[in-house]
Amino acid sequence: MASAVAEKAACPECGAEVELGAKVEKGEIVQCSDCGSDLEVMSVSPMELALAPEEEEDWGE
Amino acid sequence: MSKPNLKIAMLLSRVRVEEKLLFEQFEKRGLPFDRLDDRELVFNLEAKPFDYDVVLERCISHSRALYSLKILNDWGIKTVNTYEVSNTCGNKFLTTQALFHADVPSPVTKLAFTRESALAAMEEMGYPVVVKPPVGSWGRLIAKLNDREAAEAVLEHKETLGNYEHSLFYIQEYIQKPQRDIRAFVVGDETIAAIYRRSEHWITNTARSGQASNCPVTPELNDICVRAARAVGGGVVAVDVVESADRGLLVIEVNYTMEFRNSIDTTGVNIPARIVDYALEVGSNQ
Repeated sequence: MASAVAEKAACPECGAEVELGAKVEKGEIVQCSDCGSDLEVMSVSPMELALAPEEEEDWGE
Repeated sequence: MSKPNLKIAMLLSRVRVEEKLLFEQFEKRGLPFDRLDDRELVFNLEAKPFDYDVVLERCISHSRALYSLKILNDWGIKTVNTYEVSNTCGNKFLTTQALFHADVPSPVTKLAFTRESALAAMEEMGYPVVVKPPVGSWGRLIAKLNDREAAEAVLEHKETLGNYEHSLFYIQEYIQKPQRDIRAFVVGDETIAAIYRRSEHWITNTARSGQASNCPVTPELNDICVRAARAVGGGVVAVDVVESADRGLLVIEVNYTMEFRNSIDTTGVNIPARIVDYALEVGSNQ
């Protein structure tokens, strides 16, 4: 499910406030504009971010 | 026309731009669907896991897609794509085998199992050659070897990488191409769109900064791409094609969980809409 309104959540790496668009989805990858970390949206209600998993060898198309 | 009240699911983990565009297409049609997160799934192998008319597979992990599709297809659950397609496209060796046995033109490819035999194969083929891991994507760990010294170094490194698959040496002739290759999107029996991927680098993947522009789908391109798609089992695939000066179009590989974000505006074709239409058709067929 997408979030209904734009929300903010704390970056788990640097603590900065990350602004998320209204259409952000659970499982989406966003970037922290302060530290550049890739973050995964773990939940949209409440908004929760975690460091995104590292790319694995069998990832792709 | 899809049948009413189809039970639909999307199998995925990460939600990329592509998955959001596919969600939108289901939503536009007023079709509810479940999201199956591969990180949360536990399959009891002795019981049918769920009852969907069709599952659209969009995992980022090849191995998770492969195993999940095997379970779903063995229980008679229709998927886009199928286990067979995933198994063949997810492995460059199996893809080459499928293309070769279906007479789809593709580069000369050799397989060797030891560093010594791989080096002999490269010497016989003549440099430059390209070595690729059998499983991998986005141009990862692909190497163009211009001479014997580079070949010796890379082969030694591959042997020490740890995974046994890096010691299966998949060696391909290097095709001199006009700073571009073609990515063509096949849905069912039609090449619906294609892009050129231009790069100064010999690896032209858009994931590696290749620039996309529209490529007209000529009858020749449509034919080779549809034949390549059929060779791997058919469905929704992206066919990578190079233009050889003396041999024409050659198929390099076929991708079964294709990314298409850079190709919608470029081609003017609503690729996610076509994928969803195809999935609904598969789900509706008895």
